[in-house]
Amino acid sequence: MINFMKLRLLYFLISALVIVPGVYSLFTYGMNQGIDFTGGTELELSIASADGQQVNQDELHQIIITEVGEAQVQPVEQKKDAFLIKAQQIEKDKKISLLAKIKEKYPSVSELRYETVGPVMGRELLIKTLTALVLAAVGITLYIAYRFRSLKYGISAVLAMFHDTLVVIGVFSLLGRFFGVEVDTLFVTALLTIMSFSVHDTIVVYDRIREIAKKNSGTPYIDIVNKAVTETLSRSINNSMTIIFALLALWLLGGETIKWFVFALLIGTITGTYSSTFTAAPILVVWDQLAHRKKVQKPKIRT
Amino acid sequence: MRFPTLFGKRKTASNSGESLEAARNSSMKKPRVVRTFIFIVILTGLSLVTVLPKRLNINRSFTLFGKTIFISRQLTRPSIDLTRFNIPFTRSLDFQMGLDIKGGTRVVLEADMQNIETNDRPTALDAVKNVIARRVDLFGLSESAVKTSKIGEQHRIIVELPGLTDTDEALNLIGTTAQLDFREQTPDYDQEATPSSVYAYLDSFKQTGLTGKDLKRSTVQFSPQDGTPVVGLQFNDEGKKKFAEITQRNVGKPVAIFLDEYPITIPNVQEPILNGEAVISGQFTVKDANSLSIQLNAGALPVPIKIVQQETVGPSLGQEAVEKTFRAGLIGIGLVMLFMFLYYGWKGLLANIALTIYAILTVAVYKLLPVTLTLPGIAGLLLSIGMAVDSNILIFERMKEELRAGKPFELAMELGFGRAWDSIKDANVTTLFVAFILFNPFEFEFLNRSGMIRGFALTLTLGIFISLFTGIVVTRTLLRLFLADTRPEEKK
Repeated sequence: MINFMKLRLLYFLISALVIVPGVYSLFTYGMNQGIDFTGGTELELSIASADGQQVNQDELHQIIITEVGEAQVQPVEQKKDAFLIKAQQIEKDKKISLLAKIKEKYPSVSELRYETVGPVMGRELLIKTLTALVLAAVGITLYIAYRFRSLKYGISAVLAMFHDTLVVIGVFSLLGRFFGVEVDTLFVTALLTIMSFSVHDTIVVYDRIREIAKKNSGTPYIDIVNKAVTETLSRSINNSMTIIFALLALWLLGGETIKWFVFALLIGTITGTYSSTFTAAPILVVWDQLAHRKKVQKPKIRT
Repeated sequence: MRFPTLFGKRKTASNSGESLEAARNSSMKKPRVVRTFIFIVILTGLSLVTVLPKRLNINRSFTLFGKTIFISRQLTRPSIDLTRFNIPFTRSLDFQMGLDIKGGTRVVLEADMQNIETNDRPTALDAVKNVIARRVDLFGLSESAVKTSKIGEQHRIIVELPGLTDTDEALNLIGTTAQLDFREQTPDYDQEATPSSVYAYLDSFKQTGLTGKDLKRSTVQFSPQDGTPVVGLQFNDEGKKKFAEITQRNVGKPVAIFLDEYPITIPNVQEPILNGEAVISGQFTVKDANSLSIQLNAGALPVPIKIVQQETVGPSLGQEAVEKTFRAGLIGIGLVMLFMFLYYGWKGLLANIALTIYAILTVAVYKLLPVTLTLPGIAGLLLSIGMAVDSNILIFERMKEELRAGKPFELAMELGFGRAWDSIKDANVTTLFVAFILFNPFEFEFLNRSGMIRGFALTLTLGIFISLFTGIVVTRTLLRLFLADTRPEEKK
């Protein structure tokens, strides 16, 4: 048995070091929201200029701006001749006239992807996302509290879950700030998956704590937690390794569309593994200590 | 077949005091293990059929006892068709690809209900959906879907057009407001002569100036005489006048009702109708009457619609992504299997066999349900593979502990399965809970109902159930059958 819990404050410090920059970024820069949330249009075009030369991006930008107003144009990575146009909502008729204008300059234009979201839809998605997050949190707390016959476990598991959610949200806030990574519907899916994985992993540790506690009723709580953590650590790491392998392959080799979705899952898996041993278990220990201290202090308050 | 091994054993195994009994049980249940094994083999074999490509060409020659044998034949994968047993169930056993993979268009239209009375709004929305669905059918797309959704005061119609990427023209057609009008035959049309063609017959109907605007609403009613379903029409004041004139002119003659230039019904006028309340009778079933009434309402309650969201994905974009994702997934699974084998040895190998069976069963279920594959769906599938492996790792680690504590191999195995089950159950229940919220099966308005997220939730849910079966039942059966004798090696 290794005395993992001795260093519990260090674990909280590590968590803080990861979370604080992300949360800081979240409050100063926010998230770089994709059109799923904000509303707007993304239009991906394949444009080849007539003489086979490179398409002049500035020229293209100019055409687009005069036609639809404010817009961003950028070449698509790993795809020849493809450009991504982002703008306020470009409606269908406007799009047709835009394509006609571009065709005047570059005859071979084809539409790869067209996505437009009205502003109402975007706000709705945001609200629904938050609802889903809250529902999931409440449901998981209640289930664990029921299974473990104690609200302590439920709340601690959900705290660890929020720890992981914050890590991922923070990382994506930073990524959005410095690399222009956007969050979209897929990101929401990733977030919910991470939440379930985090709890999944935490439960295995808690389950062991419960089992050991049942057998050794007299042992100090911290020793029980230490024993449980020691016993589950290799399982926890092995399991996460297999998921990380699969995700890493997907991230490095998979399609562009799901790249950041997979990256979110990857971060989530790593932090989810870390948090079940180094956040969820120490929280229990701290909770237990506080509860004891309260019991001891109570008489003092009366006098 | 039952799986008593899955649940029955836990009771004995969770009390370490009854370990002897657990061991005795395991040896007593040998025939049952064999039966389970045979069941697994048959199930896998059947599923394997669905996994095969549609056509498989075998062209092979090999030499046997000095003779050259040449085999050349084409295997065709069967499809499932139970209609001949009166069960409406057919499956082509092809993968259903989602919009993001196959390419296609998804449009969300918003219906402007400003001019429709609140009570009529649900009817009007149904009518719009019906009209759009009929227009969409004109494109002849096999898997198109038209759904309605009502969020607060927003009435929406969601149209999915897989395979359709040249959408501008199509959307013009879909987005127009429905046009209903009543037509009568020209007076010089010869009632007795057989019309030369359907077109000539329909051409003989001319507009009367009575349109959907003059119709208040249509309802399904039941005839007071014989109780059969009939379709009632209720005109407004303007319509009442026009309809009275038309019916007076056309007693004994047909009056056609056209929706979007297409006749939906051509009843005969039996008597002049002056009060603006008409009834169309015929040998309607309730369903027919409903459908006719909805179409009439589409004209009576014309709702302007506009596009609020549109996604179009070219097929090349999706195909490329799917190939990459698929290849990456295979490599990922390969790595997982390698890891399992290196770390857990023969046990790992058996777990890998179980994982392969998992993959085969999953493909079979996907094709049978069928599950529409989307990119997030594939990600959900891969994630569930990770969780499938997790059950095995939990079990194997438990076994290791029991072995370390000096228990004999068979007992350690049974205890490992029994004790890991608690963790596996709790962990999977929470994942199921999240999948449930994501899938939103009760169509709660405050939660997401987008197809993408649902696809993910569905694959995750299926993955959990199938992985519980392969991770526990299959692995356990394989271990009991093939690894029980290697105790001396394992114990070192």
